[in-house]
Amino acid sequence: MIDTQAIVEQYGLTACIQCGKCTGGCPISPKSALNPRALIYQMLRGDEFELVARDELWDCTTCSTCGLRCPKGVKAVDLIIGLRGQWIESGKIPSTLRAPLTATLNQGNPLVLPREDRSLWADGLNVKPMAEGVEIAMFTCCENAYDPRVQPMPRALVNIFRAANVDFGTLGLDEQCCGSEIRRIGESGLFEYLRDDNIDKFKTTGVKKMVTTSPHCFNVYKNEYGTTGFAVEHYTQTVARLIDDGKLEFSKKFEATVTYQDPCFLGKQNGIYDEPRAILKAIPGVKFVDMDRSRERSMCCEGGGGRMWLEGTNAKVRLANDRIQQALETGANVLATACPFCFLTLSDAVIATGNEEKIKIIDILQIANQAL
Amino acid sequence: MKPRIGVYICHCGLNIANTVDVEAARDFASTLPNVVAARRYTYMCSDPGQALITNDIKELKLTHVVVASCSPRMHEPTFRATIQKAGLNPYVLEMANIREQCSWVHSDRKLATLKAMDLVASAVAKVAWLVPLQEREVNVSQAALIVGGGIAGMQAALDIADAGFQAYLVEKQPYLGGRAAQLYATFPTMERVSDLLAPLMKRVNEHPNIRVMTNADVQKVDGFVGNFRATIRERPTFVDATKCDACSKCIDACSVSMPDEFNAKLTTRRAIYRPTPDSPFVIDEQRCTYIQDHVCLTTSSPIFDRGGAACVTACSQNAIDFSQSEKMSEVNIGAIIVATGAATFDAANKPELGFGTYANVITSLQFERLAARPEGFGRPFGSVKDVIFIQCVGSRDQTTGNLYCSRICCMVNAKQAHIVKGKFPDARVTVFYADVRAFGKGHEEFYDAVRKQGVRYRRGYVSEVFKRDNRIVVRAEDTLMQKSVEVEADLVVLGIGLTPRAETDEIASLLGLPRSGDGFLLEIHPKLRPVETAVDGVFLAGTCQGPKDIVDTIAQARAAASSALAPLCRGKVRVESATAFVNEEVCAGCGLCVATCPYGAPALNPRTGKARVNAVLCKGCGACQAACPSKAIQVVQFTPRQIISEIAVLV
Repeated sequence: MIDTQAIVEQYGLTACIQCGKCTGGCPISPKSALNPRALIYQMLRGDEFELVARDELWDCTTCSTCGLRCPKGVKAVDLIIGLRGQWIESGKIPSTLRAPLTATLNQGNPLVLPREDRSLWADGLNVKPMAEGVEIAMFTCCENAYDPRVQPMPRALVNIFRAANVDFGTLGLDEQCCGSEIRRIGESGLFEYLRDDNIDKFKTTGVKKMVTTSPHCFNVYKNEYGTTGFAVEHYTQTVARLIDDGKLEFSKKFEATVTYQDPCFLGKQNGIYDEPRAILKAIPGVKFVDMDRSRERSMCCEGGGGRMWLEGTNAKVRLANDRIQQALETGANVLATACPFCFLTLSDAVIATGNEEKIKIIDILQIANQAL
Repeated sequence: MKPRIGVYICHCGLNIANTVDVEAARDFASTLPNVVAARRYTYMCSDPGQALITNDIKELKLTHVVVASCSPRMHEPTFRATIQKAGLNPYVLEMANIREQCSWVHSDRKLATLKAMDLVASAVAKVAWLVPLQEREVNVSQAALIVGGGIAGMQAALDIADAGFQAYLVEKQPYLGGRAAQLYATFPTMERVSDLLAPLMKRVNEHPNIRVMTNADVQKVDGFVGNFRATIRERPTFVDATKCDACSKCIDACSVSMPDEFNAKLTTRRAIYRPTPDSPFVIDEQRCTYIQDHVCLTTSSPIFDRGGAACVTACSQNAIDFSQSEKMSEVNIGAIIVATGAATFDAANKPELGFGTYANVITSLQFERLAARPEGFGRPFGSVKDVIFIQCVGSRDQTTGNLYCSRICCMVNAKQAHIVKGKFPDARVTVFYADVRAFGKGHEEFYDAVRKQGVRYRRGYVSEVFKRDNRIVVRAEDTLMQKSVEVEADLVVLGIGLTPRAETDEIASLLGLPRSGDGFLLEIHPKLRPVETAVDGVFLAGTCQGPKDIVDTIAQARAAASSALAPLCRGKVRVESATAFVNEEVCAGCGLCVATCPYGAPALNPRTGKARVNAVLCKGCGACQAACPSKAIQVVQFTPRQIISEIAVLV
């Protein structure tokens, strides 16, 4: 049983006016028992609260819409993460999370793959090790580093950087998970270990600027690492600026009608809406169309907050499937992403909905790389 | 002559006596130099308490008095009057604050008593140096300036004018009526706002004591209560209202187009336009290309060809006159009423609600404009079967920075739901709310009636508005059902709140008015002095002080007018007695005091080169005294000698 009074104080829940804006905006609440407002109300009432009966806590994608829209500054997402943490502490970890968490501790990635394979994605690219001194540290998400379906993105970024004469490098085999999803699963101890270890590693290289391939890594470095000594950007910011400064030019056409999935960790949580669109619009041949639900009203792909390793309580309804439908309604034949999780969930959804012939999921990096 | 000081220690019931040993304090006070009487009493401010003081003054021939009780803000005026009654000058009194600064904030009786003794000793040391001062009064300019010609400003001007005094009513827009002029009907009585405004405007325009200045702004204000001087700029309208026959041909001829603010941007207007359906025609100086760029957008004629502007050619009455220029006037007034109103929340700042993205998501202000059309609220967006009202848009919301409740929107939504139901009885009208605040007279009854009419209230803030299959979908949680819901709608009305106007900074710095945390102008006390400001003689009326409905606006306007009338009726105002003076022997004429004074009181005498203080302007704040390197300028009752004597006994 949990100490509801302590929770109320820790998350400032007395500010809540039970208006329901959190639940009304939660992408998961229509398909799950997850109700952030009711959860807060239960804490405030101080009723007995048994975690084990609340499987829906694992449904949250940590898209953070609840907290971002709350008129009273309450962060329901933080409460959910906190409750997951208590669950994890009790040792009753959902079975599909055990291997990713153990592998992150032992191998530095949740994909349960060996640490010495971290740089396989860059095979043959001769990426400079950061120890030699570079202007920009390129940070590759574990997904991008290990999952062959999203390995082309960091390879494309390497090409783009070279085309724009950017001096960059990676930590190579010293690179490891940023801990963003680990923290959201509720394993705060492991997150703190990764954070401290990563800060130390980057500090020794003296690098002043980091560019990440994933919005999740970007967000955690920017907002949850505290003082790091280096600035962090998501690649969409960097590439958009390279285009703006005339350092990156496209010589080929990418003929397609393209729409774009705002990653929650880039858009809603960090307000980066314009840069990804600016890149797409700068590519010759691209006809850009927005979906109705875009920017602040964008819909989560259901891949964040540990959901890559958790099916959730209702696997029949998948937000990514709806999203494909919405993308098709725009007349687009390409749905561009800027996040490896979005890429993977949406790619699965294209197959699940049988739309392989109609629409393709392609990351902005791949589109830009093809147009170089 | 040696001073003869009386010390009076108040118990304040048990407020002081519980923490301070008043008997010990009294014994201590009687040992202090020049003290000839030391007494204590339960309530020194009571009649018997005051009698102790007056008796001693008469019988013991006291020259100075110390009262050790509460804050001087509480009872200094009381005791000044007491000693004056007994024949002393009211300024030879010193208060020792042993309540707020001692008994209320300490718990250790022994230490609190020692501190009370110190405070009394300090006051006794200072009081001996206090000198009698003259109370001074100056004549008042018996007129008032009212800034803002909305419903508050008009009502205040009428009250001033009806009392027989001149009122200057300055309005920034080319028309009177302010925000109310945009509204259709009032809650809960459903009267047409135009029916309320028209007689008010007529009386204002025809009143011999009111000078209306529209298209005008206040450029400068100086002086003080009773004697302000304001510079007012009236901008040209470029249309001679005496010639114009309102044929509108000029409007048809103009090619400049921009959103019409009066119509809440639902329509566009031209550079030459009629700001409201009944106001005279004006040319928007900022938008007319003929004025700004010297080329008419329609004819491409340059300005040297005077007849070349399309509006001029179109006008058969020769009413358009580009030679008009702005007019500056200076007025002397005794009081100022600020009634500058509020802005409406910009719904684009809540992007999740789809305003600006979907034509059938409108604001409550736009609803008023639609309802005010001659044909009434109709079907501007096709069929009206499902209408959703969303409350608290931009209010009570940290994400917008507006933490306050805007007080009007609950009833505005109810009223508009009532209008929709009246026009389309079969429409499904839903109000999404978190709390319904129907606190005014007749409001709860109106809310009851609206629900009875069939308007459904669902509890939950709307979180998102989007489109599906070409219909608007509203997403919320029905918190009472504990269920996420999606509701389709033909029309969504956002209940937008009120915010401080962007120009609030200008008026605040013009008059030196502080603002509250919410950005609105700040009253001096939220309960007891709701219309007065930190600046004597400047009063607040209407929504510039905070969101309020017409009822409260009128009440506050009349309160502001009556407060402003006090100095006007009396004809004289008392000015500060404890003012600065200059010892010309010591003054080097450096001018630091002149530069430091916020009120413009000191000036260098061109003949002697020394500073001299205009005592009427001086507020006795002491800024000059702190700045003066040679202590040549000092404030009476706060001279270095007085202050040092006060400190010396403590250290």
